[in-house]
Amino acid sequence: MGVALQFLSGLLFGLGLVVSGMADPAKVQNFLDLAGTWDPSLAFVMAGAVAVTMAGYRLVLSRPRPWCAPSFDLPAARAIDRRLIVGPAVFGVGWGLAGFCPGPALTSLGLGAPGTLMFVPAMLAGMALARWLATRNG
Amino acid sequence: MTPTVFTPWSALAGGALIGVAAVLLMAASGRIAGISGIAARLLPPYRDGGFAGRLAFVAGLVAGPVVYVAASGLPVVQTVGTAPLLMVTAGLLVGFGSVWGNGCTSGHGVCGLARLSPRSLVATLVFMTAAVATVFVVRHVIGG
Repeated sequence: MGVALQFLSGLLFGLGLVVSGMADPAKVQNFLDLAGTWDPSLAFVMAGAVAVTMAGYRLVLSRPRPWCAPSFDLPAARAIDRRLIVGPAVFGVGWGLAGFCPGPALTSLGLGAPGTLMFVPAMLAGMALARWLATRNG
Repeated sequence: MTPTVFTPWSALAGGALIGVAAVLLMAASGRIAGISGIAARLLPPYRDGGFAGRLAFVAGLVAGPVVYVAASGLPVVQTVGTAPLLMVTAGLLVGFGSVWGNGCTSGHGVCGLARLSPRSLVATLVFMTAAVATVFVVRHVIGG
């Protein structure tokens, strides 16, 4: 039951990325290109997603527990530390270079563009490296 | 660079679908729909359970375009970079940075902002600024 609902959530997420045009790196890069061929679509995607999530979380989090897990597992970290600046800065440079963030890159796998098939394994390697370094540094 | 058309309605509709997906995941498994966290935990080390659920979520993501094409009869239009060095470098930076900063566009940008998390607001401002600066340098300084 839980696994099926997680598949459905991923499917809706992937559909949302395709419908919104965010699976197209050109559209994402044009959002970031304020001084050039600017396409504001990404701001509307964020607005739609944040509005629905905010309203939905309010309903869901007022329940005692999730349907398929013993409790809600919300991020507990509060500190604005160096990792919270360095990580997103590094991520942002890569996002700007390729126009892919993790969701659209994974969603694009089946479309089989050569650039996607180069990007995704490198992304997974970068993730593994960050996890390994984080473990080593405690 | 490939110009694209501003599509406010499909952007809002697609965004709303992403929101529904995030709410469903919270309702079902009690977790944030952060793609970088979900993808990274498909790799070792495995500290907690939930592997099958994460794999199912990513399988759903990959199935998205297939279902879209089957349901709409429309193709998925994409312009993806082709230079191997660029794509591999970008992939490494995206993977490393998103895990190092505990989130990407979905975890910080959508779910975190929806929870009014100060950490996610900082992260989102930093990655947006870095990405805008990168595109500016690539397109208007180097490419100019």
